Amino acid sequence: MSSLIENNGVLIGWLLVMGQIGLFALVVLLSIAFLLLLDRKVWASVMMRKGPNVVGPFGLLQSFADFGKFLLKEIIIPAGANKTVFLLAPVMTVALAFAGWAVIPVAPGWVISDLNVGILYLFAVSSLGVYGIIMGGWASNSKYPFLGSLRSAAQMVSYEVSIGLIIINVILVSGSMNLTAIVDHQGSGFWTWHILSFNNILLFPVMVVAFVMFFVSALAETNRPPFDLPEAESELVAGYQVEYSSTPYLLFMLGEYFNIVLMCAMMAILFFGGWHGVVPFGSDFVNQFPVWMVNLGHLAWFMAKTLFFFFLFALIKAVVPRYRYDQLMRLGWKIFLPTALAAVVITGGYVVYVGVQG
Amino acid sequence: MELIAFYIFAAIVTVSALSVIIARNPVHSVLWLILTFFTAAGLLVLIGAEFLAMLLVVVYVGAVAVLFLFVVMMLDVDFVEMKQGSLRYWPFAGLVGIAFIAEIALASFARETDGTIDFEAAPGAATNAEAIGQVMYTQYFLLFQLAGLILLVAMIGAIVLTLRERAGIKRQNIAQQTARRRKDATEAVPVEPGKGI
Repeated sequence: MSSLIENNGVLIGWLLVMGQIGLFALVVLLSIAFLLLLDRKVWASVMMRKGPNVVGPFGLLQSFADFGKFLLKEIIIPAGANKTVFLLAPVMTVALAFAGWAVIPVAPGWVISDLNVGILYLFAVSSLGVYGIIMGGWASNSKYPFLGSLRSAAQMVSYEVSIGLIIINVILVSGSMNLTAIVDHQGSGFWTWHILSFNNILLFPVMVVAFVMFFVSALAETNRPPFDLPEAESELVAGYQVEYSSTPYLLFMLGEYFNIVLMCAMMAILFFGGWHGVVPFGSDFVNQFPVWMVNLGHLAWFMAKTLFFFFLFALIKAVVPRYRYDQLMRLGWKIFLPTALAAVVITGGYVVYVGVQG
Repeated sequence: MELIAFYIFAAIVTVSALSVIIARNPVHSVLWLILTFFTAAGLLVLIGAEFLAMLLVVVYVGAVAVLFLFVVMMLDVDFVEMKQGSLRYWPFAGLVGIAFIAEIALASFARETDGTIDFEAAPGAATNAEAIGQVMYTQYFLLFQLAGLILLVAMIGAIVLTLRERAGIKRQNIAQQTARRRKDATEAVPVEPGKGI
């Protein structure tokens, strides 16, 4: 990004950077619109329903119709609510969820900001997501939202711990906190992806366990079923978003889906080789094509992997019953935390005494 | 560019730090505090300490401030009433403030610097995460371990203080539950019609 500014002068460089960010945001937003539809379609298919199928062919335009509906409705602010915080909460949720995308590399060199501490940045931003929920719940001045937000805060803080420890595993194996470097570390075919790590065969069981824990923690961190206790409709009506309507509600929902897709992208990057294909083509073959074409191929791989995890998220929403709150806490603190800690110790020992290959 | 960013961040830090003590609502105070932490992280990024900045956000904003907010929101204290008597603490507060400013002034005058900050504590390190690691795990290894031990003791202390074993409470034993088989719980009895068991 800084090279754009250096090569084109300050003004045009900044405009180019802004254009890049705008394009990226647009693509992400459009993808979210269709992923929302996919989520509902998968859910419906499991229940043998058809799902949304009226607006547009196969209901493809359903999300846009919903968008228009949310925008045109009246914003209701409950009496006694803390108005500023009430409206700040959804904006913060969506802004933070958006901010995480800044460091996601979608293809070689196609990243808005190639931070040295990219993965820590992602972790930091996703750990801030809890504020939108707490603020929303508190500012509503209502019992159900408040209870929902308290539950959510405890849940997200608990699962962040194990997510952090699993991320340390990946950092140890790849030897870098830069997301591009982490992806490139898995570049020589599917057997070098961190989930399999056949080139460090002793780490294979550790990484598989770590990935499963990461997946479950990601479900809990994004408040997805079976861990959607903050908004358990049978107990808390809809948790922290009870009092929200119209655009603020839209922002909450959008932020939630941004976070879900961000988590899917993180799984693809950390464990499944990011933009790399299943088998690497030789550089002779790749060099025949222009760079943008190769990058589009990489982008397709990245999107396919992210989509796969999103599909799993959607499927799990439909097939798994909700956890009880004490079971959720037990899983987080008594099972995931010790296991993740053990995984860090084993991986650390391997890195020091055996040495990582490749 | 960097200078403009610095002044923006510095202004936000100052204003939000002031608002922490001025705000009437304690929840607002904590929210301002979060903004202060976050902007301070931005300042750290500006001087090139991005690792520290991220740690500040993860630890203080992501965990500590959440618990702060949690506690403050649950408190049901009449803060207007509490504020009324606060005037008589002013001399003490002023004393603490003066001591604090004096310490900062002393530190900044004692340190000879040409205005730039260098991170050459660990030469040869590519990133500042590596630099911190090299210093912390070699030179200050013992202190680091000691800090870890203190934290461990504090954690165990907190658990011991809050752990209550109450008698007569029925607890769920999940291993026992899942180990239960059908034959442990059910019995098939051939019942003759009209007789019952």
